[in-house]
Amino acid sequence: MIKNYFEVVRAGINTTFQDQGRKNLYHIGIPFSGAMDNRNYLIANKLVGNKLDLPVLEFAYQGPLLKYFGDKINVAITGDVNFTIKKNNDAINGNCYETFSLENGNELDITSTNRSVYGYLAFSGEFDLKSQWSSYSVNTKANIGSNDGKKLQVNQKINILKINQNLKDKKLNYINTKIENIRVIKGTNFHYFSNQGKKIFFEKEFIISKLSDRMGMRLEGSKIENIVNTNIKSEGLIKGVVQVPADGNPIIMFSDHGTIGGYPKIGVVISADYDKLVQLIPGSKIKFKEVELSSAETLFRLYDLETQNLISQI
Amino acid sequence: MIKNISNLGDAALYCDFGTEVNKDINTEVIRYFKSIQKENITGVNNLTPSYNKLIVSFDLRKTNFKDLKKLIENLEINNIDDLKGKKIEIPVCCDENFSLDIKRLEVKLKASKEKLFDNFFKKEFFCYMTGFIAGMPFLGDLDENMRAKRLETPRVKVPKGSVGITEQFANIYTYESPGGWNIIGNTPLSIFDSSKEVDPNLINPGDAIIFKRITKDQYKDYND
Repeated sequence: MIKNYFEVVRAGINTTFQDQGRKNLYHIGIPFSGAMDNRNYLIANKLVGNKLDLPVLEFAYQGPLLKYFGDKINVAITGDVNFTIKKNNDAINGNCYETFSLENGNELDITSTNRSVYGYLAFSGEFDLKSQWSSYSVNTKANIGSNDGKKLQVNQKINILKINQNLKDKKLNYINTKIENIRVIKGTNFHYFSNQGKKIFFEKEFIISKLSDRMGMRLEGSKIENIVNTNIKSEGLIKGVVQVPADGNPIIMFSDHGTIGGYPKIGVVISADYDKLVQLIPGSKIKFKEVELSSAETLFRLYDLETQNLISQI
Repeated sequence: MIKNISNLGDAALYCDFGTEVNKDINTEVIRYFKSIQKENITGVNNLTPSYNKLIVSFDLRKTNFKDLKKLIENLEINNIDDLKGKKIEIPVCCDENFSLDIKRLEVKLKASKEKLFDNFFKKEFFCYMTGFIAGMPFLGDLDENMRAKRLETPRVKVPKGSVGITEQFANIYTYESPGGWNIIGNTPLSIFDSSKEVDPNLINPGDAIIFKRITKDQYKDYND
């Protein structure tokens, strides 16, 4: 039997295996993790005919250069990504949301994400990986998850099992749109901030700092003044919480965030805006807009419906 | 008792048990945490107990704030027998290579290091919660004269096994991580074992912890 695998020629900046994340472990300090942009993760799996909860490769900014060995395999990339497929002496520019095939000895060079952060790569088959606590998602800070909890390493070989060889080519017409207005629900410590501070939060632009990663997004701009206490007794955090530490600059919690924290919570990003928020690159400008809980729930239902519709078109 | 349940964003309940930090309130939090955990409620995907709050996160595709709030308000909260924690002894070496902040603390707390260590090692601690990083226990309470603030500039890397203190609490860094606690020693014991599928945490909320001072040689021999 021929072994099917890829070899990592270049690992990329932060290439990790991700799936839907691990549940019910916050109480022992283990974050949810999982694909940052859940919609693009799901679409990648659907395009190659995989079950929707299988792990895929998530990359940020610069992706990996992989050399493939084995039987012909279908592959798909989602996000806003520049990449080339190298077959013999040809190099073809690939298109996102469109399956392509790789044959023995072909290379896939994911050069960059285009004015976005994360992209997703799925193979039509199953990676030979070990899950940890019911998820393959890698948390590199705590070394938790498949691949020994590490990023993809140069020269590493990853086997692919159960290749699905009878697949048709698939294509989805989809364009990622950008958001500038991030909708939030007021946080549990909203009253910790001065009237001026609250006004700044909802009216001024913030710039996304370079110090942003899978743990969180740091923002710069006008300082938000705290008039009660710059610390709270440490308590639980969730994805999307906007904390404001003593320096007055907001930090938004992302998939790999610490499970508890001691900074006041000024707001929480609504679930409907999370996938698009994580894709904004450092230097982008954002504004926060307040919404009520009931609107946030409706907006999420619409967003989820749109995702389901996209998946059902494939 | 929960004093108030509000929403934290659109996908979590924020259960408030009060503002104080003490064993009684924390025991209430843990009682609710364990009772809700047992129910396996559809859509609930995380529970985060802390000193005096409990956050219930859920999948917005499967439930919503209003329904879940009602469910939790009407839930029968049991007196759970397994609330009684274990008693665990943690060996700690306070060699100067490990007690990174003891000199600072001697000045800050106006006491000799031997006095500080004596006070620390005679104390029985209570585990309020675990988290921030995987398996990190938050233990209390230190005596009033042992309480110091965090470092003004947190360390980029606190070594694995470091035992730190801040305010009324002690903690243990389960792996190398950034952090701002005052480090007074290091334990050779593995506090978090990620290779264990079940119970990777050595210390859990409700447990009683006693630190036992060991020498540098005992530390070296510990894992042999």
